[in-house]
Amino acid sequence: MAAVKETVDQVRAIDVDQYKYGFETDIESERARKGLGEDVVRFISAKKNEPEWMLEWRLDAYQRWLTMEEPTWARVNYPKIDFQDIYYYAAPKGTAGPKSLDEVDPELLKTYEKLGIPLREQAVLAGVEGAKVAVDAVFDSVSVVTTFREELSKHGIIFCSISEAMREHPELVKKYLGSVVPVTDNYYATLNSAVFSDGSFVWIPEGVRCPMELSTYFRINEKKTGQFERTLIIAEKGSYVSYLEGCTAPQRDENQLHAAVVELVAMEDAEIKYSTVQNWYPGDKDGKGGIYNFVTKRGDCRGDRSKISWTQVETGSAITWKYPSCILRGDDTKGEFYSIAVSNGRQQVDSGTKMIHLGKRTSSRIISKGISAGHSQNTYRGQVKVNRKAEGARSFTNCDSLLIGHDCGAHTVPYLESANPRAKVEHEATTSKISDDQLFYCISRGLGPEEAVALIVNGFVRDVLQQLPMEFAVEAQKLIGVSLEGSVG
Amino acid sequence: MLEIKNLHAEIENEGREILRGLDLTVKPGEVHAIMGPNGAGKSTLSHVLAGKPGYRVTDGSATLDGVDILDMDPALRAANGVFLAFQYPVEIPGVANMTFLKAALNAQRKARGEGEISTPDFMRLVRAEAGKLKISQDMLKRPVNVGFSGGEKKRNEILQMAILQPKLAILDETDSGLDIDALKVVSEGVNALRAPDRAFIVITHYQRLLDHIRPDVVHVLSKGRIVKTGGPELALELEAKGYADFVDAA
Repeated sequence: MAAVKETVDQVRAIDVDQYKYGFETDIESERARKGLGEDVVRFISAKKNEPEWMLEWRLDAYQRWLTMEEPTWARVNYPKIDFQDIYYYAAPKGTAGPKSLDEVDPELLKTYEKLGIPLREQAVLAGVEGAKVAVDAVFDSVSVVTTFREELSKHGIIFCSISEAMREHPELVKKYLGSVVPVTDNYYATLNSAVFSDGSFVWIPEGVRCPMELSTYFRINEKKTGQFERTLIIAEKGSYVSYLEGCTAPQRDENQLHAAVVELVAMEDAEIKYSTVQNWYPGDKDGKGGIYNFVTKRGDCRGDRSKISWTQVETGSAITWKYPSCILRGDDTKGEFYSIAVSNGRQQVDSGTKMIHLGKRTSSRIISKGISAGHSQNTYRGQVKVNRKAEGARSFTNCDSLLIGHDCGAHTVPYLESANPRAKVEHEATTSKISDDQLFYCISRGLGPEEAVALIVNGFVRDVLQQLPMEFAVEAQKLIGVSLEGSVG
Repeated sequence: MLEIKNLHAEIENEGREILRGLDLTVKPGEVHAIMGPNGAGKSTLSHVLAGKPGYRVTDGSATLDGVDILDMDPALRAANGVFLAFQYPVEIPGVANMTFLKAALNAQRKARGEGEISTPDFMRLVRAEAGKLKISQDMLKRPVNVGFSGGEKKRNEILQMAILQPKLAILDETDSGLDIDALKVVSEGVNALRAPDRAFIVITHYQRLLDHIRPDVVHVLSKGRIVKTGGPELALELEAKGYADFVDAA
């Protein structure tokens, strides 16, 4: 098919080891002092013109963070992070808050153009006709622009940066922020609560079906800078929204920290579909540089019959530590997790999900596809927990790993805990290699070795790719091909 | 068309020689049957010609229309017209049969410097050929060989052959695992592809297949060499007497 061909062409066109988003934007920026302290927390809060309660919230988080320890249970290895050697806030100069497109620095517009992200509202995603996507663009620590706001507001939808939401819609932020991922949830979430700088805020009113894809595009540009974004999405009764997140960073020798928190709330009969295409700089083939991606993502199916679906395509980052989860609180709620995690070079991935069944007749479905190549390590870690009262709960997990080459590893760590003897919990897992027979079969029909691998891998991940919004499926497929570049022969 | 001279080949890791000075000449339009006992080197011959990794050619040559194919990588051999119908066709989960066929055809066209086939032309071609082999639309959409019955897998090999239009088609025990009806369909498919500019090497243990695909020449392979060559009547003789005489002769 066309998409397969594109993957192949992409693989051919790009040199091994070349990360095409690795460029740096030369723009003057304003930063907090290096390192972390109460003064830095106050600085960030002041920069955002935050209300007093927000500052208190941050300071409380900071105090708690000081007493916490970095988690070590994940199957990842990295030198101890020096939290005093990071800038916690960096913003392109003159971007106090999101503005209209005309006011955005042309350098920034050029950057997003180069990344293929449409900020002009008349523009559409490269190669996809007729697809309208509203974008919130976050550059280092601030949101630089949010598109299609006017059109969305006609439907009563709020789509803006979280800094703006705190000022314009404090009642909503106050009510929901930290209600899914509590301040003290885990080390990185607590750090994020203290120093988060920007991110997106989405509120879909009762009964509204969001007329376009919403997306946030994260870019880390500054050296030695961490990105701590915070996203909050609330879908009121009977509403629907599909949201996509994308991320890239320049190629640098140092490691950079990205510790985000995403919270989703779905009320009765609401549905949230959250997709991620994560392409942070993965480091070079020897493991130098790359992003440390420590992310907490959780959705709360708060109302009955609500549904939250996570889809992720993870190809970047030196280290990925990420478990998008669902709390199935309402009766008859549904949680889904579809994941493709590709690792190559020296990348380490420890990712999976948590499905917490609390309500009656709740159901969860987990489809995870891990692909390891090079010297990478790829772990699926997933928890399915069924509460005693979750009568009629059902869960299905299918976890497949594919190994390419002899020096990589794939690991599956499922935790199944059911306190309800009648719950139906299923887990399937397979680990396979691209067999020599499969390769030879393809090659004997005329395909080149890299074409053959791309074809086999695309087949392996097909069930998950189908879950992505169509506009992004082709993009994701290309990305997977590029990520596996140089993995054969 | 195909000219094999003094071919010696061994299994790479073991250094065990399987083909020991094999000579074979196949002219355009001919069908050659190769028969022989287990371990004679029949499958090795097909693998070496198609370029399967794991074998080392230590001596001799194999040319197709005067061009040495043993130096080519397997994909290039395919583009130059070599096709191997596998004894055990391989499953490729998640890749639709149709997608696979198109990717293969276009890869070969590209290697030959031809343009890609248009989607409507491709669809027409596949429908026509699939119809002849009684391959349903459903089978074209299913992942390559996944959940196919033995007969379906072999028919699928012939479909690939029909789409890729090779100069030299090698059928490696295509009759194994086929019931009589499937054998008929497969044989008719092969017969329909017989052409003045195309040659076939049919590797089989049994005369049965040769009732349906009439060979022009029959060879007996034993201990890595051709030990006897004759007409179709040779296959009948083998069926009656077995291979014992020839094994001794080698």
